[in-house]
Amino acid sequence: MSQVLLFNVFNGLIVGAFYALMALGLSLILNLSGVINFAHGGFLALGAYLAYTLLPHVGFWGALIIAPVLTAILGLIAERILIRPLYGRDPLYSLLLTFGLAYVLEDVSRYIWGAQSVPFSIPSWLTTPLSSQFFFLTGYRIFMVLLVGIAVAGLFIILNKTRLGMRIRAGTLDLETVSVLGVNVRILRNLNFGLGIYLAGLAGVLAAGMLGLQPTIGTSLIMPSFVAIIVGGLGSLPGTLLGGLLIGVASGVTTVYFPSATEAVMYVMMGLVLLVRPRGLLGEEGRVQ
Amino acid sequence: MSSNVATNTPPVVGNPMGTGNRRGDIIATAVVWLLLLSMPYWMALIGGYTELAIRIVVMGLAAMSLNFLLGFTGVLSFGHAAYFGLGGYGVAMCIKYLVPSTPVAMLVGIATGTIAAMVIGALIVKLRGVYFAMVTIAFGQVFYFIAFRWNNVTGGDDGLSGWSRKALDLGFTTIDLPGNDKAYYYFALFVFALCVGAMALILRSPFGRTLIAIRENERRARFLGIPVDQHIWMSFVISCFFAAVAGCLYALLSNFIDPRALRWDQSGNFVIMAVLGGMRSFWGPLLGAAIFVALQDYVSSQTENWMSFIGVFFMLIVIFFPRGILGILKRSVTK
Amino acid sequence: MTKKVELDLSPTRRRFIKAAAAGAALQMTGPFLISARGEQPVKIGIDDCLTGTYAAVGKNEVIGATLAVEQMNKKGGILGRPVELVTEDSTSGDAGTAVQKARKLIDRDGCDFLLGNVNSALTLAMADVAYEKKKIMVATGGHTDAVTGAKCHYNVFRICNTTQMEANAVAPALIKNAGKKWYFITPDYAFGHTLQSGLEKAGGKLGMQKVGGDLTPLGTTDFSSYLIKAQAAGPDVIVILVQGDDMINCLKQAVQFGLEKKVHLAGAQQELEPLLGLPPEARIGTWVFEWYWNQPNVPHVKEFNAAIKAKTGHMPTARTWFGFAAAHACALGANAAKSVDALKVAKALQNFKLPPEVALMPGVPYFRAGQNQLIPNQWVGHAIAKGSGGPEDLFHVDEVVKVGEAAGTLEESECKMQWPS
Repeated sequence: MSQVLLFNVFNGLIVGAFYALMALGLSLILNLSGVINFAHGGFLALGAYLAYTLLPHVGFWGALIIAPVLTAILGLIAERILIRPLYGRDPLYSLLLTFGLAYVLEDVSRYIWGAQSVPFSIPSWLTTPLSSQFFFLTGYRIFMVLLVGIAVAGLFIILNKTRLGMRIRAGTLDLETVSVLGVNVRILRNLNFGLGIYLAGLAGVLAAGMLGLQPTIGTSLIMPSFVAIIVGGLGSLPGTLLGGLLIGVASGVTTVYFPSATEAVMYVMMGLVLLVRPRGLLGEEGRVQ
Repeated sequence: MSSNVATNTPPVVGNPMGTGNRRGDIIATAVVWLLLLSMPYWMALIGGYTELAIRIVVMGLAAMSLNFLLGFTGVLSFGHAAYFGLGGYGVAMCIKYLVPSTPVAMLVGIATGTIAAMVIGALIVKLRGVYFAMVTIAFGQVFYFIAFRWNNVTGGDDGLSGWSRKALDLGFTTIDLPGNDKAYYYFALFVFALCVGAMALILRSPFGRTLIAIRENERRARFLGIPVDQHIWMSFVISCFFAAVAGCLYALLSNFIDPRALRWDQSGNFVIMAVLGGMRSFWGPLLGAAIFVALQDYVSSQTENWMSFIGVFFMLIVIFFPRGILGILKRSVTK
Repeated sequence: MTKKVELDLSPTRRRFIKAAAAGAALQMTGPFLISARGEQPVKIGIDDCLTGTYAAVGKNEVIGATLAVEQMNKKGGILGRPVELVTEDSTSGDAGTAVQKARKLIDRDGCDFLLGNVNSALTLAMADVAYEKKKIMVATGGHTDAVTGAKCHYNVFRICNTTQMEANAVAPALIKNAGKKWYFITPDYAFGHTLQSGLEKAGGKLGMQKVGGDLTPLGTTDFSSYLIKAQAAGPDVIVILVQGDDMINCLKQAVQFGLEKKVHLAGAQQELEPLLGLPPEARIGTWVFEWYWNQPNVPHVKEFNAAIKAKTGHMPTARTWFGFAAAHACALGANAAKSVDALKVAKALQNFKLPPEVALMPGVPYFRAGQNQLIPNQWVGHAIAKGSGGPEDLFHVDEVVKVGEAAGTLEESECKMQWPS
């Protein structure tokens, strides 16, 4: 039993890394622009489908690089046209807008690529497990963790070492002052949104390798992302990362003892955190209005 | 959450739900009731059907109950479906396992939803904004999973079927609710009228005015000595009470209840209806529910891609008409 | 000096606009009903999943029904009247919508027959509506036993298998190909529960030993933790009962883990749609199909395949056939009973045998009297990456189960049919 438990903890970290990737994109957008992006799952699906379309032409690696960029561009367009008019209003409106956008994205995906699941193949050398005993450590899952690590490192570098990143960080704390200091806040929000959607597209390509690719692939992944953000703490990217990993491990462990509650446990965690420590594990004081 | 919404609203005088013109309000209310009372008859003429009318009334009540909290207290709940669904399950389980009587079942359903709201409301009342919204989702999902997992009692994912609404025995006459769609429509409308009347009375009372004050500026309300948290708790409970009533009517309508009635996307639909019609007005959510239900019904019959149409329509409303359909008319008058 | 033009938005006028807007909104509820004189068509309503998780299979059921209605109309329709298929989207999970659409089909559109649904829960809810409104319903794809079991009605028929039938058909092959120690991965709803208990019963008779099992929530994306537990229990075969997207996720991950080299992967119900969504290396395992298109020696199947291919560009799946047979069953029953009255048609369909051009299988399927359940052939075999029949030949048939062999008895079904007086 303990071996199963150990395996599940390890595996939970892997799954959690994936949740964290998705949640990070969502968190970026939420922190700077105050937009709760319910359409994040729809962009994830788009990223996956674009990769699927590119597969025969540029192969898996090409798709991995290009598809998220394409998705990010679509995100930039969506932000410019749909979300920009809503800044300055109650955050409720952007939430509702992204709700409607999610509907549209799902339907468009179904219209273009069909409702039937499409087969997405990853290079075979990636799918072999590392060892017979640790069969769940497949090359693909290790690769995914590495990629999440690279993405997080990349994000860290962008946020801490580039001017854009500095502005985003400053804007997260006080957007008005940043604007007064002469930064074009509109473009800043736009780029930030694009960055978040890039992460969603990347998560989509990775997801397509593990899951069946059909129009609703993103909808089941949206809730764990929100939970990760709340548990880790709004406004804290390391918190989101931690939140994602925690959810992954919690789900894995729950599977061992109480399998039918595997999905419910993350909501219980969220509820507990909100009641006991609303700002989240790594969240900053004062973020709760 | 409350600060941004406060701009653009005219000062609140007299009837908080009206526009200051008493005669206009009375006529408006009269017109709405006239339409509602005759709906089964003119519905069929424009391609509707009685069940659609009942659904509009039920969803309208649910959206109006949410709006009690959202539009009038300024607090967003994204988990109202939980109490809606609990009302439905209460009714279903009562008729199936306990007493096959419609009024008793409704009492059980309403009690279930309301008691849950009282307990949960007490737990979450300190939170605000997106935290409050997320924690309501969390609790909603917990109820969803309970309904899903407790197969023997709730029927699990298959839902609870094999029961139906029972006829109302009033002593001097029996109203055939199960057999006669129109009879059920008027029963639902009667319950709707009671709830809506109660809501209107509450909103006009000093308690209701306090809620609006809290919506406008919570900090100021607190400084005035108003026990804000208690008021929000009461508002939450009242709102969920009416949501539970709507849930009872919903279950009785379909003779069926399943866990999806508890899920967060159902809550999302209620929010959409409230915003679509206009959160700041009393009848707005009813209009929003009518448009949402009718539009979805019509468009999904015409095309498989109805989700795109509804999504685009909804996005347009949010961007261009944030006060909802009614909000446009209101704002242009009170300028 | 410009005169400002002002809209007359006095409160009274404004409220009228509000009311009119409400009315206009409801105007969009559909075209005006035109009462037709003369030959009234017979309407068959199909209330199935066209959006959401089950969209692919639901769509296929509708396509099958559409073809059937076209064929019917070429042969004179039902009782000499033309047949019209009215389609509604039940969505994949919202029972309220499914019930609403069912009532819409019957009340507003005047359908005499109701078809659907992929989702067992929605099928049960719709069956109750059909029973209340006294219309014939032919359930296409909801497998839960109760539809023609504990909750059976005289006017509700079903084309697809019950879970017990599937279990009976595939259990011998699982024991033979894989072994006696089984670990179950079961979807946590009635379909999964009854399928597992059916397999435990059928397998138990053959010496099956259950080494463990997990109930997974619908929509599970990551099966790794369940697969870890499964492998640790040391079974001969991991019996995968999840369906649709869950099936794809589970099999994909199991194969990525290389589990198929250590244990057998198999299950019961399998369909072409998930196999199409799997990468070729994951198309493995022993399964039972309820209908398969690659039947070279059976008459009429080739024409059916060609007709569906002309419509969709793809081969028909079992779901296509469910919709096809269901629609035809309505016509056949009505023509036999010389009426569309539910009671008469129901009586006419007792023990009714489907003709070969509808049955499309080697045996002669029939609706078992007292249960209204179709008893057909079943196809037991294993999935293959690609077969000789083309890019959609993904299943190799090892054995065609004879009609009735795996059907169980009427008592086992728990259906106690009540006929109205």
